[in-house]
Amino acid sequence: MRNADDWLTLLKDVPDPEIPVLNVVEMGIVRDVQCNEEDVLVNITPTYMGCPAMDAIADDIREKLSPMAALEGRGLRVDLVYAPAWTTDWLSEGALAKLEAYGIAPPGKTTDKRAIHGEAQSVRCPKCKSHNTEMVSLFGSTACKAHYRCNDCAEPFDHFKCI
Amino acid sequence: MSMSARFDYLLRLGDDALFLGQQLGLWTGHGPVLEEDIALTNIGLDQIGQARAWLTLAGRAENKGRDEDALAFHRDQSEFRNALLCERPNGHFGDTIVRQFLFDAYAVPLHAGLSLSNDPEMAAIARKSAKESAYHLRHSRAWMTRLGDGTEESHTKVQDSLNALLPYVGDLFFSDDVTSTASQEGWGVDPANLREAWEATLIDTLSESQLTRPQPVPEQFGGRAGHHTEQLSFLLAEMQVLPRTYPDAKW
Repeated sequence: MRNADDWLTLLKDVPDPEIPVLNVVEMGIVRDVQCNEEDVLVNITPTYMGCPAMDAIADDIREKLSPMAALEGRGLRVDLVYAPAWTTDWLSEGALAKLEAYGIAPPGKTTDKRAIHGEAQSVRCPKCKSHNTEMVSLFGSTACKAHYRCNDCAEPFDHFKCI
Repeated sequence: MSMSARFDYLLRLGDDALFLGQQLGLWTGHGPVLEEDIALTNIGLDQIGQARAWLTLAGRAENKGRDEDALAFHRDQSEFRNALLCERPNGHFGDTIVRQFLFDAYAVPLHAGLSLSNDPEMAAIARKSAKESAYHLRHSRAWMTRLGDGTEESHTKVQDSLNALLPYVGDLFFSDDVTSTASQEGWGVDPANLREAWEATLIDTLSESQLTRPQPVPEQFGGRAGHHTEQLSFLLAEMQVLPRTYPDAKW
């Protein structure tokens, strides 16, 4: 029978539906996996309270893991947990680099207080790497992103909000 | 007693978020510019997410098997516990911004207070929501300034919005047996204690936006007891028609 780490490895094949370049483990959405003889329990947490992708993510996880759990005679449960609150600090360095390569400016660290207040934060253009950028809107294409523009290469881009 | 106070209190939290979310969603495709269309609906989405979490907890506190959907779609008007402010109509963009600003300035200290709740589930939802309400306030406050300190027309309109909406904040700070039980038992906050922080945000924002505080008029109360304005019936009719006409419909 697979143990919790094995299941966690399998979950790395489930992409985030909105940002498919990252998987749900890298995103920090999967908080932990617990298993016993009867059940495999996957705890997930939302990036934002109203994130509409959560239902899709839970479905994707069930679709991927349920048949495998069934083969071991186990059930699969996906639970939503709110504590501790998701933070962009859970994105790994590797995940930040993937985001930038995908065209989304990655978040800074929340320990930078200016970042929390959205002030004086230097956001690097993911295309030309210029720091001469400006915010167009606090809100972007999904709940977790703000909308920016590069003043040098004129590229509009998403910035993963730092929370 | 304690269980029913908790149910009532959680409905207040959930219903406020529910009707703000429902109304902000109505802006989809109607925002004054694309960025604001996206911003208002993003904020609406956060509110709906918060409503879902609070109403789920409310259903558990009631312990009669009702989930978030049963509570949102199968209660009648007098069973809703939202503040009257949250059912004021969208009006024009300035009306929506003022309504949201008055609420956000209250939500920030509310969520900070609830983060210390001795109920771990309530504290968890509040800590998550606190990040969102701070972000919402940043947006609504910035627009208060842009509209208030903008053109003569925008100033006049948003000042009128403020004059019209300010009396409806009464419910936000309304204290009764439910709220005193909540604060005494340590799982909720007494709304009266949030007023000082709300006032401070209001005063700062008015001064930076060239808006003036209207002469005080009697504040409106009733939402927390289920006494609502006509506007809520229109909202409910639209929001509830589908799940009531086709129970258990899936999409």
